[in-house]
Amino acid sequence: MQEQDPKVRATNFAEVACGYTLEDALREAERCLFCPDEPCIRGCPVEIDIPDFISKITEKNLRGAYETITDTNLLPAICGRVCPQESQCEGVCVVGNTLEPVAIGRLERFVGDLAIADGWESVPYVEPSGFRVAVVGSGPAGMACAADMAKAGCDVTVYEAFHEAGGVLKYGIPDFRLPNAVIDAEIEKLRQLGVTFECNTLVGRLFTVEELLTELGYHAVFIGTGAGAPSFMGIPGESLAGVLSANELLTRCNLMHARDFPEYDTPLQAGTRVAVVGAGNTAMDAMRVCLRLGAATVNCVYRRTRNEAPARAEELHHAEEEGIGFNWLTSPVEILGDEDNNVRAIRCQRMELGEPDESGRRRPLPVPDSEFEIDIDMVVYAIGTNANPILGQTSSLRLEQRGYIVTDESLATSIAGVWAGGDIVTGAATVIEAMGAGRKAAKEMKSYLGLRDTDVVYLPERAGSAGKRFGIDLQEHNYARVTA
Amino acid sequence: MCWFHELVAALFEIVRREDFSDVTYLLEIFHPRLAKAAKPGQFVIVMEHDRGERIPLTLADFDPERGTVTLVIQAVGKTTKEMQARCPVGTSLHALVGPMGNPSGIGDARKVVCVGGGLGVAPVYPQARAYKQSGAYVIGVIGFRSKELMFWEDRFRSVCDEFIVCTDDGSEGIKGVVTAGIEQALAQHSDIDEVVAIGPPIMMKFCAETTRPHGIRTVVSLNPVMVDGTGMCGGCRVKVGDQVKFACVDGPEFDAHAVDFDDLMARLRRFAASETAALERWQESCRVARGG
Repeated sequence: MQEQDPKVRATNFAEVACGYTLEDALREAERCLFCPDEPCIRGCPVEIDIPDFISKITEKNLRGAYETITDTNLLPAICGRVCPQESQCEGVCVVGNTLEPVAIGRLERFVGDLAIADGWESVPYVEPSGFRVAVVGSGPAGMACAADMAKAGCDVTVYEAFHEAGGVLKYGIPDFRLPNAVIDAEIEKLRQLGVTFECNTLVGRLFTVEELLTELGYHAVFIGTGAGAPSFMGIPGESLAGVLSANELLTRCNLMHARDFPEYDTPLQAGTRVAVVGAGNTAMDAMRVCLRLGAATVNCVYRRTRNEAPARAEELHHAEEEGIGFNWLTSPVEILGDEDNNVRAIRCQRMELGEPDESGRRRPLPVPDSEFEIDIDMVVYAIGTNANPILGQTSSLRLEQRGYIVTDESLATSIAGVWAGGDIVTGAATVIEAMGAGRKAAKEMKSYLGLRDTDVVYLPERAGSAGKRFGIDLQEHNYARVTA
Repeated sequence: MCWFHELVAALFEIVRREDFSDVTYLLEIFHPRLAKAAKPGQFVIVMEHDRGERIPLTLADFDPERGTVTLVIQAVGKTTKEMQARCPVGTSLHALVGPMGNPSGIGDARKVVCVGGGLGVAPVYPQARAYKQSGAYVIGVIGFRSKELMFWEDRFRSVCDEFIVCTDDGSEGIKGVVTAGIEQALAQHSDIDEVVAIGPPIMMKFCAETTRPHGIRTVVSLNPVMVDGTGMCGGCRVKVGDQVKFACVDGPEFDAHAVDFDDLMARLRRFAASETAALERWQESCRVARGG
């Protein structure tokens, strides 16, 4: 796939990967073996029928390919860009045993982009069910849940605290990786399905989760508020000006357009020599944003090695290409300031890997007398996030020790009629895993409401099933009519 | 569509405005659900237009009957000056979200001193009123640079059992800052349970030092730089005792005797250079627009 030249792209916010042309896509699709085992489907958290959509691409039936993907994934243009394919579908691709695996993510993105460009709609006829569903949080988990519930005929309202919908896709992931226009297009598709987005609404404080069910009259609620609270290390110097979380940096830059200051009012004092602590996708995003904001040097500081870095392979590769300096086996011990309260340097120590810890990765241990300083004027923390505390503070939802919402295996919370999924249940994970959780919760919510999927054809019940219709007990009087 | 959606769709319209001075103005905004949910001590985040910044403002009042919330704003930077110029009655804000933060713990204190310095008079007023309604004996202390800048004196006085006015230049009440008022209250009452102080950080710092020797529980409301107000950016982190707290979700009110005010003041200057540049650029564009 064509990419912008590293030297050029490090100065702009345009997308790095240019996307496939039709010829590229056909050539790549031909590489699929259509093996009978189909490991890629099992490798996908939402089980997209990957061989089917690829075979439709080879037949140039692109609309058909789009419909196959959107049977299970409403947001192909997003997932094609941000899924960690190397550890999912592409990681188990049989072609990958000997050659490069089939670029499933790029093919998915190609189909998703085409759908946006050509304005394809796959708005099914939906029989209104009369049920009202509230979704808290407009990120990937909430969007996926809202889509499924809307398709089942529910009147869905998505609540978002920010002034724009999209959650982490909007505030967190920068434009060069996932353009805002793509997110807006996918949100527009949800609107066409009948989903209402209510921004500027802080659930928990404006009304509580319990009030959604009582006063506001929703029949079911899904919570996908994410794990947005940033972590700091607690080392000296963290309150200096110029020390900030990756969340703050990215939100200022992406959602609030601080990169266009003063055309936009939100400021961001960009550093010229930056250290970013952490080596996940958020760290890569933060480093590459700093580079694009004009930093002369950007250093990654990570206490383990490249092998343990949690970032997507492509992001790490792109960051290296763009000239980020990587300090593996390095951990900060203190941030040093000058007399004006600005950052002057970061003092680090060398680490070495010891025995594996509970995560299975080898535990980093400090090397004695190995401290050294890096001269910098900005430090960005990208070392993980914690559960957002607001719903815990304001509802009777049962939480586990660290503040994440407790659910059973069906994602039901301790409040009847309320489900939760995504990072607020599992801790920080991926976009597609959050979407998978949103869809799983939607399935359970439909079952709770007595709704059956409209895309499933139910056979008339045989004799002897008196008192049942479509396999649903008539005592359970909330069933929807299924239209073929 | 239920009633709530229709009301939110009414888009944060400014229904009343009052200008207390050249720099201080009041906006009353229609948002019935927010007016119903708001409690003393909470704040909102406002965006004036779609290219604006998100600024946190502590609620000065809320009226469930009228369905409105009230903000008192000081025009100090580009955003607040622009709002002063562009927000007459009938216009709408681009965004208004809240109530945010934990409500004040209007506890069982029987005798309370409520201190408001300058703009801080506005956010401390709902607390004085709540204490009054809870049956406490409320001593109000307000401080301004001079008499011309005073606002809400009558309103504040109406919820207080005692009322002390301080001005820096002595043009009204005691000549001096609010700590002089607190000293006076402390001298006359030996049974004060709590002091609530809201104002500039330096004022709150000295209020804390005034009450510290007396061991009286003192609460301050902090307003550091923040982006989202939901615990997500971490920009509003403050040092309280040996812990780091996020003012938006752990506060905004904290024990004044544990807050590191010097750290707070240093962090408030984080964007000083950008703020100055934005203000100068905006003022220049205003001059050009006027043809001057």
